[in-house]
Amino acid sequence: MATLHAPVGEDAPLAPQPSAAPRRRGARDLLRMIATYTILIFLALLVLVPFIWMISSSLKRNNEVFTVPIQWIPEEFQWSNFVEIWDRIPMHTYLRNSAFLATVITFLQVLTGSFAAYGFAKVRFPGRDALFLGYVATVAIPWQAYMVPQYIMMQNAQLTNTHLSIILIQAFGAFGVFLMRQYYMSIPDELVEAARIDGLSEYGIYWRIILPLSKPALASLALLTFVNTWNDYMGPFIYLTSNELWTVQLGLRSFVGQYDAEYAMIMTGAVLSVLPVVLVFLLGQRYFIRGIATTGLKG
Amino acid sequence: MAHPSIPSAAPQPVAPDPPRRSSRRRLIRRETLVGWSFILPNFAGFALLTLVPVLMAFALAFMRWDSYGSPEWLGLDNFRRLVSDETFHMALFNTVYYAAGHIPLTLLASLGLAIALNRKIPGLGIFRTAAFFPYITSLVAVAVVWNMLFNPSLGPVNQFLEAIGIAEPPGWTASTAWAMPAVIITSVWRDMGYYMVLYLAGLQTIPQEYYEAARVDGANAWQRFWHVTLPGLRPITFFVVVILTIQSFKVFDLIFVMTEGGPGRSTLVLSQLIYQEGISQGRFGYSSAVALALFFLVFIITVVQFRLNKRGES
Repeated sequence: MATLHAPVGEDAPLAPQPSAAPRRRGARDLLRMIATYTILIFLALLVLVPFIWMISSSLKRNNEVFTVPIQWIPEEFQWSNFVEIWDRIPMHTYLRNSAFLATVITFLQVLTGSFAAYGFAKVRFPGRDALFLGYVATVAIPWQAYMVPQYIMMQNAQLTNTHLSIILIQAFGAFGVFLMRQYYMSIPDELVEAARIDGLSEYGIYWRIILPLSKPALASLALLTFVNTWNDYMGPFIYLTSNELWTVQLGLRSFVGQYDAEYAMIMTGAVLSVLPVVLVFLLGQRYFIRGIATTGLKG
Repeated sequence: MAHPSIPSAAPQPVAPDPPRRSSRRRLIRRETLVGWSFILPNFAGFALLTLVPVLMAFALAFMRWDSYGSPEWLGLDNFRRLVSDETFHMALFNTVYYAAGHIPLTLLASLGLAIALNRKIPGLGIFRTAAFFPYITSLVAVAVVWNMLFNPSLGPVNQFLEAIGIAEPPGWTASTAWAMPAVIITSVWRDMGYYMVLYLAGLQTIPQEYYEAARVDGANAWQRFWHVTLPGLRPITFFVVVILTIQSFKVFDLIFVMTEGGPGRSTLVLSQLIYQEGISQGRFGYSSAVALALFFLVFIITVVQFRLNKRGES
């Protein structure tokens, strides 16, 4: 799979390692390579152990999850867990709600973020930079510091316990503006200038020149926002009280609360809650990692 | 190379002397309108849902306002109460405890991963993906899985510890003494891949010539790491520490899903206290005072970090 290779700095120079040695010193190199891969595989397994345990448990019977010694491969694969869970909890509803929220929020964030970033990066007007600093400064304020007033406002607008409340509090973050501006700054102003002379309006320049050039950044922003929204717990937890509005995260958490001894079924739910994001991540991880490296900020 | 840093917001020179003043002014006004038209859709939402609540939080901290009554000016009373509130002390201590564990351990783990994975060999992408994987996994899944791994009697972690000869392994999330370490281990595992990406980007900014020069001077791998890699990573390390600090002090969801602040109050952190007071109990004023305390704590630490960084640079 092409996307799995070298997500960061594909063409960048190497750090301390000596570069590929000639074949003649083959034996030593081979040993060194085996050592390197052994260490890397060990590290990878160490990091991935919880996932392996999660998947393995999701395919067991309840009483087989905690055994001494640990049984990494189930004796008999209980695929039925993945069928049964749909009847146990309204997984359809949860998945649909999560997908709906993540899609709408991502769309709005990318749209308004990329639009505003053009104003900050390519249009000059008094007060612009001060305003941008204000945006950046709020990124450093923890959400917890203002979540209560935000909640009061939503309550007064009678928006608590609606999907709209989640959309509103997450779609207009400074993060998208910040990421897109960073990218636009690398697009030469001459290009914009030339388009202005050709008579294109600022909106035309944004739509026909800047956006097509910014596809990688747009993809980064979209992926980061999607995954962050999908995985978000606090927002939905505070605002959504009706079961039929819940996201996968809330549904899974409540399932754990109710049936805390149904280990296998809980792990099945965990696998299902992670699966969509893993797919999104594997498809677009190049953009993902580039987005983090350019902004260094969490959404 | 993309170097993650807050962009300089230096004002750009305005277009050189225009022929007439009035036409220039008109141009500026037009540009301002156009600029705002781009910014407005996002700014409207941002101002209403972030800026206004932030300002409100400042005001509320000086008021008594419960979900039933109407707001009433209190002055510094909320803060006086904070000083003597034992639960607040507990939450403050736990937050600092978490930060003191989470920041250095995540830093070391992510730096270690970045250095281990900063090489050009076939299949490397798979390893980088693996290291990054925990970060994209949902918090609830992470919390649920680790809670089971940490199961005191039958969990794999304690089975492993017993296997290597530790007769009485810790009770982890079931014990007041070990719940916080358990939470810290989980959070380090989850976040290290994210900061690894930042470090990998940082490693690319160190010029290759430095390594070659060091090698010519006869420096071994360890010396090259100590005298070339580490100094070269200074800017990115500073950035990582600042972000890690902000993230650590506002920690909430992972702990809440794993332990709900328990057992007892052993993992209750400031953010959870804000949530409990403000949203569960409806004590808007007092919770805002806690929020303000949290904000100033983070703010002061960040300012100190910037100062130290500046002093270290010169």
